[in-house]
Amino acid sequence: MSVQTVVRLPEKYRPVVDHELCLRCKKCVRACSYEVLEFKDDRIRPKPGCVACLRCVYECPAQCITVKEMEPQFAHHAVFDPVLRRSIIAQSNSGGVLLSSCGANVEYMDIFSHLLLDAAQVTNPSIDPLREPVETRTYLGRRPGKVTVTDDGRIDLQSSSTPLVVMDMPIMIGHISLGSISYNAQAALFQAASELNIVAGTGEGGLHADFYKHSKNLCAEVASGRFGVTSHYLKEVSSVEIKIGQGAKPGHGGHLPGEKVQELVSQTRMIPLGTDALSPYPHHDIYSIEDLQQLISVLKESTEYQVPVGVKIAAVHNVGAIASGIVRAGADFITVDGLRGGTGSAPRVIRDHAGMPIEIAISAVDQRLQEEGLRDKVTLCASGSIRSAADMIKCIALGADVVGVCTAAMIAMGCTVCQQCHRGMCTWGIATQRQDLVGRLQTPVAAQRVVNLFRAWNEELKEMLGAMGIDSVESLVGNRDRLRYIGPNPRIAEILGVKHSGEGWG
Amino acid sequence: MASKKHNEVVIDVDERNELGHPLDYRELNEKIRGCISSGMEKVILKGVTGQRYIASAMDDPDVKIDIHGTPGNDLGAFLNGGTIEVFGNAQDVTGNTMNDGRIIVHGNSWDITGLAARGGTILIRGNSGYRVGIHMKEFNGSGPRLVIGGSVHDYLGEYMAGGTIAILGIGMEEDVSPVGLSVGTGMHGGRIFVRGAVEEHQLGTAAHVLPLTDEDWEELQSMIEEFEHAFGLKPSRCRDDYVKVGPLDSRPFRGHYDKTNI
Ligand code: SF4
Ligand code: SF4
Ligand code: SF4
Repeated sequence: MSVQTVVRLPEKYRPVVDHELCLRCKKCVRACSYEVLEFKDDRIRPKPGCVACLRCVYECPAQCITVKEMEPQFAHHAVFDPVLRRSIIAQSNSGGVLLSSCGANVEYMDIFSHLLLDAAQVTNPSIDPLREPVETRTYLGRRPGKVTVTDDGRIDLQSSSTPLVVMDMPIMIGHISLGSISYNAQAALFQAASELNIVAGTGEGGLHADFYKHSKNLCAEVASGRFGVTSHYLKEVSSVEIKIGQGAKPGHGGHLPGEKVQELVSQTRMIPLGTDALSPYPHHDIYSIEDLQQLISVLKESTEYQVPVGVKIAAVHNVGAIASGIVRAGADFITVDGLRGGTGSAPRVIRDHAGMPIEIAISAVDQRLQEEGLRDKVTLCASGSIRSAADMIKCIALGADVVGVCTAAMIAMGCTVCQQCHRGMCTWGIATQRQDLVGRLQTPVAAQRVVNLFRAWNEELKEMLGAMGIDSVESLVGNRDRLRYIGPNPRIAEILGVKHSGEGWG
Repeated sequence: MASKKHNEVVIDVDERNELGHPLDYRELNEKIRGCISSGMEKVILKGVTGQRYIASAMDDPDVKIDIHGTPGNDLGAFLNGGTIEVFGNAQDVTGNTMNDGRIIVHGNSWDITGLAARGGTILIRGNSGYRVGIHMKEFNGSGPRLVIGGSVHDYLGEYMAGGTIAILGIGMEEDVSPVGLSVGTGMHGGRIFVRGAVEEHQLGTAAHVLPLTDEDWEELQSMIEEFEHAFGLKPSRCRDDYVKVGPLDSRPFRGHYDKTNI
């Protein structure tokens, strides 16, 4: 005889309808894929399960829905906060590993907010970027280490052994696979990357035939599952990245549930329909730096040295030493993905508790590579919750050449960070494969919004560079003297190699 | 220097340069690609001494590469077509992420043979190492085929999502299993045929001994035939000698996760 063990959790959010204003059009009912809203007895009525995705609010023509965050129903307790209690109850119900999405949802040291930028006054004039050129062009790939000047006095970019990818701004759209997001969403990101002349990551799901037209603005990901990875694909794109880890789930593999592996995803990943797409936790041909060197080499050999090959790692405690090994293994660029980075699905315990913030990680890698004389050989990309131009600028000053951005681009497309991606029912048509939902995302509109966002960030970058009296973003890379720390823990400043606010130059 | 005969060319890989070094893999692969693009149908490599990545990403279905000596790791990685035949042993990761084509080894191959292959055929006359056939997958009704004449170590077919592996146990005592422990750990597709016994304790999570169907036997016979043809050996043709290992579920970790909105 089975015993009823499931205990209901208190609601987190509830849609509230102003019935006076309601037109009874039922658009909200259709909008909500979580089936929270129903029309009964001439009224829209909510059921439990609202996730505050705000799609109903967006669709309501009468603007008569608001989504209310419910007061925690639990008795106050300073140690067993409501989130902990909810987790314990849920796991006592299911016995399962709690899954979530998006980045870490705990207040782990947002160090960006404790950093202040410098500006020019009197002794170093600022630059007006609207009237004077401020260069934001950025190169991805192995650096020659030293500059070679040709006979006619020009800088020889070809002295690097692999080609460099030119980007108009120091922003990459991070790797988000087809499968974790929809066809329309990926199409929009790729189109935006083409238009902005930057690079977007393909994620580990291979490349859909329709997207080859964007290939010169794409970076192909080779993850442990090797989904959709063929030499033809790798030769087409601008760059290739071996994914060792992801900031949101360091040490964890990937798990695309079978219900998302429909025709489109199956074709692109080159896997059977309806099976779970499991990415092994490690690459089983990589158990050491020497093994990594082999995979880098075989990828270069298979692409005939036409594309730079990089390596992406999650920011973990020993990140500096690992990055050093990666450069020595022949990587042309390294992406370090911080603790707060996004994901379409990750165990909460890893998402919220493993790794380190990108501010510390990128600075540690930059310093370590400098100490070892390796920094000028590679392009360093930092990702993991770069939320604004300010974060980007600070990240560059801490040592990154390029920043990788995902969540902000998703928000530009409509995402409200409701953290339900792993359920595959995204009401905005982003993290879903359900055709009725995918159709809600209009690719050209979403693409244009991403273009607008990054153009704006790049303009803000120029404004800030100008204010600092710097005329090229390259001169900001690792320029810690333009940063000061203002947070609660000066030890962090020490580790970052940044002075405290109030300390002058020299 | 390369010597030519009709559509065939020999490359002496052990030929030394002024520093006394043999060809390195990059030079070697460049030469191979050069030969293929100039219309050679057979490229014979003599004196191979561990050069890695040989013939990676080769495309042409009509080209054959003969290797004398010992090729290094990642032989035929990302292979799209053509045949590679090794008259000796191969090392680790033979046929890494192979798409199509054939790799035939007249000796042993070591660890992770056939990693993540999604098509093509790999035939190994002797034994192979750990994690053989790991994460092979099939797609559009066709999958990779991997036949090992002798035995393999642990983690055979781990994470397997498709394709077929046959372990023939040639030359082994009948009561000795030709596979190690953790066979098919986490497998969610494909099938593994083993000549001889696979005990319960040898099976990994999600792998099960399943009945060998007529369809299975047909496929296995055609793999054995290919093997016989390649090496002139005669593995057992008795259906009762073989055990099939496969998954019960294409989604082995369903129920492991809890999606509650915390
Ligand atoms: S659409 Fe979203 S916000 Fe509206 S009721 Fe459904 S879950 Fe809540
Ligand atoms: S969408 Fe707005 S107006 Fe239409 S039924 Fe729902 S609440 Fe009423
Ligand atoms: S992509 Fe969709 S499901 Fe995921 S957080 Fe954004 S709105 Fe929610």
